Formats: sequence, structure tokens, C-alpha cells
Amino acid sequence: MGIFVDKKTRVVVQGITGRDGSFHARQMKEYGTAVVAGVTPGKGGTGLEGIPIFNSVAEAVEKTKANTSVIYVPASAAVDAIYEAADAGIQVIVCISEGVPANDMLKVYNYLKIKGVRLIGPNCPGVITPGVTKVGIMPGQIHKKGSVGVVSRSGTLTYEIVYNLTAKKIGQSTCIGIGGDPIIGTNFIDCLKEFQDDPQTEAIVVIGEIGGSDEEDAAAFIKKYVTKPVVGFIAGLTAPADKRMGHAGAIISGGTGTAPEKIKAFEAVGVPVAQTPAEVADLIEKKLVALYKKKSAKKVIAKPKPAAKKSVKAKPNTKKVIRKAAPAKKAKATKPAKVKKSKPLVTSRSSGKARLKKK
Amino acid sequence: MKIHEYQAKEIFASFGIPVPKGKIAFSADEARNLATEIGKPVMVKAQVHVGGRGKAGGIKYCATPDEAYSNAENIIGMNIKGLIVRKVLVTEATDISHEAYVGIIVDRSAKKPVIMVSAEGGIDIEEVAAKTPEKIHKLHVDPILGIKSYQARQLAYKVYSDPETAKQAAGIILKLYRCFMEADASLVEINPLVTTPSGKVVALDAKVNLDDNGLYRHPDYEKLRDVAPQEESENEAREAGLSFVGLSGNIGCVVNGAGLAMATMDLVKHYGGEPANFLDIGGSSNPDKVVTAMRIILRDPNVKAILFNIFGGITRCDDVANGIAKAVSEFRPSVPIVVRLTGTNETEGRAILAEAQIQGAETMVEVVTKAIALAGVA
Repeated sequence: MGIFVDKKTRVVVQGITGRDGSFHARQMKEYGTAVVAGVTPGKGGTGLEGIPIFNSVAEAVEKTKANTSVIYVPASAAVDAIYEAADAGIQVIVCISEGVPANDMLKVYNYLKIKGVRLIGPNCPGVITPGVTKVGIMPGQIHKKGSVGVVSRSGTLTYEIVYNLTAKKIGQSTCIGIGGDPIIGTNFIDCLKEFQDDPQTEAIVVIGEIGGSDEEDAAAFIKKYVTKPVVGFIAGLTAPADKRMGHAGAIISGGTGTAPEKIKAFEAVGVPVAQTPAEVADLIEKKLVALYKKKSAKKVIAKPKPAAKKSVKAKPNTKKVIRKAAPAKKAKATKPAKVKKSKPLVTSRSSGKARLKKK
Repeated sequence: MKIHEYQAKEIFASFGIPVPKGKIAFSADEARNLATEIGKPVMVKAQVHVGGRGKAGGIKYCATPDEAYSNAENIIGMNIKGLIVRKVLVTEATDISHEAYVGIIVDRSAKKPVIMVSAEGGIDIEEVAAKTPEKIHKLHVDPILGIKSYQARQLAYKVYSDPETAKQAAGIILKLYRCFMEADASLVEINPLVTTPSGKVVALDAKVNLDDNGLYRHPDYEKLRDVAPQEESENEAREAGLSFVGLSGNIGCVVNGAGLAMATMDLVKHYGGEPANFLDIGGSSNPDKVVTAMRIILRDPNVKAILFNIFGGITRCDDVANGIAKAVSEFRPSVPIVVRLTGTNETEGRAILAEAQIQGAETMVEVVTKAIALAGVA
């Protein structure tokens, strides 16, 4: 479960012999990703740490049944690499490369739409379904398997927010960096739809920034389609107009694409917007507490089994929590309604796991 | 990248779009000579990267070469919205019987280029869009197919009733679309597209914004970059592979990643400080980039404290720490520096900072609040 990438994901690395490609191929493999092939034209027949290298994506797909590609080639070759992957039958393409011309992306986007191929990026950190697979450049160790879906236009800001979630023992179902360019393959709406339909995801974090109207579009979609709790964050309140803030897409132009507009759009559809990155985790915690209370209220005669199963998502990884949880009565684990504060709730859910372990 | 009107007109001309003859002058004397050479009444037009030049008095009609001299003398050195005019375009004056508007931008939501035309040219098009949106006709072009002749004709007939004029305008729309795609523009605009009394359709003004990501395949356009004095730090940063935008606050910020950099600026403001800049050192952690970053920030006399907020992924914290230590020993800054390092090689990075006696912070909130306290500004 999770979205876009899961245990069935078989990755081909385009540009595997380059500096970034080889480094991240190793990192992904170490994380547990099924990196089944690499492609560098002219280096076919060689290998990288047991990963076979091919001259073309088509050959890699034929020989290894790769279904997902990750692109680490220079910007000048990235568009060709995307077309090559799409034409070879790859279903999910993650393009890390930064600096792809926007007018090329207009053609790429419309072509892939016809082909029905999912492109994430370009200029993005990739996608990770924690504990299962990582397709990209994000540091794997800051993530934790769980139930919060994270989607963002940024890289390191996403790490910051994920880091805060994990520190609070709030795990993630899938984290996607959709990229900082004006034209990207996958937008907030695409991710929101998938998260809404994904059974593992219970709540969603949307991390936006100035420029364009993707956040406003997301707000309209949330109102129409999303029933799961959503929390937002918008970067760029202090950004001046008409200046590109690092990302090609992060620019306030013609007075539109400002942070206050986006915050207003989110708040108008009941999505609270955190004032600081750290506050995102607090708001998500509140949403989850409310959600669990609601769920447990529905299941007054709750069966212990599903509750215990769900608590896996809030898996404790420190002894401290287990110790804290220990005094909790077994029955309490299935009655979170009794819990008043937010923190003890996470602990009590953890106690379910602790109890499970003891059994 | 923004370019000047005269440069945009050169690009238009290379795609076959009719533009009035003109040349650039850096002094009033040159303006007089050019006016004499043209031998007809001319317009003298300020060349700055900002709109509203006409309203600011930066565009003047000159009946004689002497008038061109005096007008150019007034305009060169003029301050238009904070930018100093350093050159003027001297171009033959055109008689006008009608003014229209044509522009092409990327519609980020539709993922298509959108062509906009209006019979209301010559005025602020954003004002037309806000007040009377029905007067702007739009067409989304399928970027794979490109624009078709019939589409250009349809747009032209929205603005012109005379078939001969419409035919010329349709031709210009086709060429403008080609220019937009092939030049890797993010915006092309003709405002106004004029019809002369003799029935000729001409681009009287030209605006082109180029996509920085497309410049690698247009080395000739890279030469069009004109850096204003206040943009020199931005330019130096760009050449060093950094992304920098100067602001007027007092807390210097060095961050890796654009989103985190913006969020850090916002947090400075949230806790009562004012960010002095946006600075993204990018994904690579070359210590020299950090040194350049420090040099640029330290140049700003308003800066009272500098904070580093680094979340290591590809960026290695020890590399950044080495860069900071190097910069500190090189520049001996008088303002306090606080550094937050999290992620890849953070332990090594912190050890380097400790040895260089540079203050550390554990979290993003801590680095921001510490910097503000040290700056004594909140």
C-alpha cells in the first residue's frame, strides 16, 4: 500500500553510472528498494554492485521487468530520458533532474497524459513509501512507516516536516516531492486523489509554496473529494514579488501566486495551515486524535484485533514509550476515547503494539 | 530572465515579426545622431526591466534630432521604479490608427501555452483582465500539435474586421507562437500591436521573458543579460551556483533547498525578525559555495546576525561546516553566526563547528530565535 510506489516497484536507474545516479542507486538498494537495472547508453553489459546495466530502457524492461524508472541524467538529456522510459512501457517515472526547460515539459506532460504514464517531477526529491521502497534522493532514515500521506513542492522542507512527524512517532504512508518547476508531471490533486483512495493513509499533509495556483486547485479538490483530514503549510510569506525564489515555479507574478491567497484557499475549505514547519506535526497529531476518537466511538464494542493491527502504524521504537505504556491496562488500548490529551493517545496506541509484542 | 525591449525586438525580427527600425543609444549625443540617421520623427524609449515606462515619462516623441537629444538627456539617469535608466532605444515614430494586444504565456494549471488577444491594446492588460475580462480572447494550444493556421485566423478575426489586416495579424500570431516555443520564452507580448493608417500591422513594443532553464541551448541569448547594480549580488550568486535574492531585513539566512529557505525566512519574520535575504546553497555541499554565500551576505550593512539552516540529504553537514569555518577565518565577521546542522554527517559537522567556536542550534526554531536574540533586533 501507499501510493505510486510499493513492494511491486521494480526500479531502473537512468544515468546509473553518473555521480548522482551511482550514489543514489546504492542508497536506494540499501534502503530495500528493488533496483533491478541501470541504463547508460554505451555501458550496456557492465554492472554496478550486482545491478545489471543496459544500453536502453527498453532492453532493461525486457530483461528485468522493471516498471518504474528514476532519472538522474543532466537537464539537457532529461526530456529524452522521460520519453525513452514512457515508450519502453515504464508506468511510473521519477525525474530528479533539475533545470528542464518549461516549454519542453509542456510537450512531455501532454504526451504522457495520452500514454497514461505517471511522471513525478522533474526537479524533485522523489517518492518514498517508508519501510517498503524509496525511489529518489531523500534520506531514508528520517522516515517512519505509518498512516500520514505527505505531498510537497519542496525537498529539504519536506525532510524537515517529516523529521518532526517521525520525532512525534507519527509515521508516513508515502511521501512525495512533486517538484519545484512550473510544469510538473504530478500535481497536488493527483496525489490527494490517490491518498484519499489509499487504505493505509489516514491523514494528509500538503506542503505548498508561492507561485502558480496548484494550492488553490488542491483546496477546491479537497472540498469536492477528500474526506480524510488534511493539514497544510505554505512557504514564502516573506518572498518579494517578481523574484524567482530558487525553484523555477516559485515566483509571484502579476500579483498572483502569493502565500496569503493560498493560505486563505486552504482555510476556506477547513484545512488548517501551520504557521511553522514544526507546527505541522502538532496539527496532524490533533487531527489523528480526533479521528481515532471518532473511530473508537463508532466501535463501542470494539474488537481488540483491528485496534491492535492499526497500532502498528504508531510503532514505538524507543523503550521509553513501551515503558510508559506498560502501566496502561490492556483494555485501555482499545478505548482511546478515555484519553484526554493528545500525547498519551499516541502512547496508548503504542501500548497496543507493546502488548502485542509481549504476547 | 528579463531582457530589454530592443533585445526582444531583435528576437522578434529574427522570427519575421515586423518591428519599427531602431537602435540603442547610451548618451544624448548618440540619440541625436541616431535620430538624424533615421531622418524622420522618432520615439526615445527608456530601456529598463520594468513596466509603466510611459507613465513615468520614460517614453517621448521627438520631432527633430535636437528634441531627441534633450529628451534622451532627461531620460538617461532617470529613476523608474527604483531602476536607473542607462540607455534608450531611438526608433522611428509610427502613425497609429489602431492598437491591439497579443501575448503568450504558460497556463500552469492547463499545462498548455495560452495565447491572449484583445482589441484594447496599448494599456495595462492586467487592468483589462481585471475589469473587463470579456475583452480578452484566449486560446490554449496543444503543445504537441503546435498552433494551426485556422486558430491564428480565428483569434485575428476576434480583433480585426478587415480581412487584409486580420491576415497580417494571423501571420504575426503564428510567428509569435514559434518564437515563444523556440526561444524558450516564458512570456512574449506585443502591447501594442498597431495598425498604421496605411494598413500595416507592426509590433510597436516587445516584451520577452526567457526561461532560465532554456538558456543552455541559446548561448546568444545569455549575452542579453543586463545586470542592474542592485542585482550584482544575485548575479554573483548565480554564477557560483547559488540562488540569492536580496531583501531589506537584518537576519542573513543561508539554507539548503528553496522551500526550506523560504520557510526559514518566514520563521524569522514569525519570531519578530526581518530576513535580509533568500539564499539557497543548492544540493551540492561544496565548501566554496558556503564561502561565496558568506561573502555576499556580509556585504549587506543591514545584516546584524547570520543563521545557517542545513538539513543534510545530498548536502553533507561536514562539508557545510568546513565552508563556514573557512569563511569565518577568511572574513572574520563582526556579526554573530548561529548554525543548525541536521542530517547526513551532522556529528562530524558539529565537531568542526565546535573546534572553530561557532555557535550551534538543535532545531530550526532554535537557530532562528537565537539569531534574532543575538542580532538584538526583535
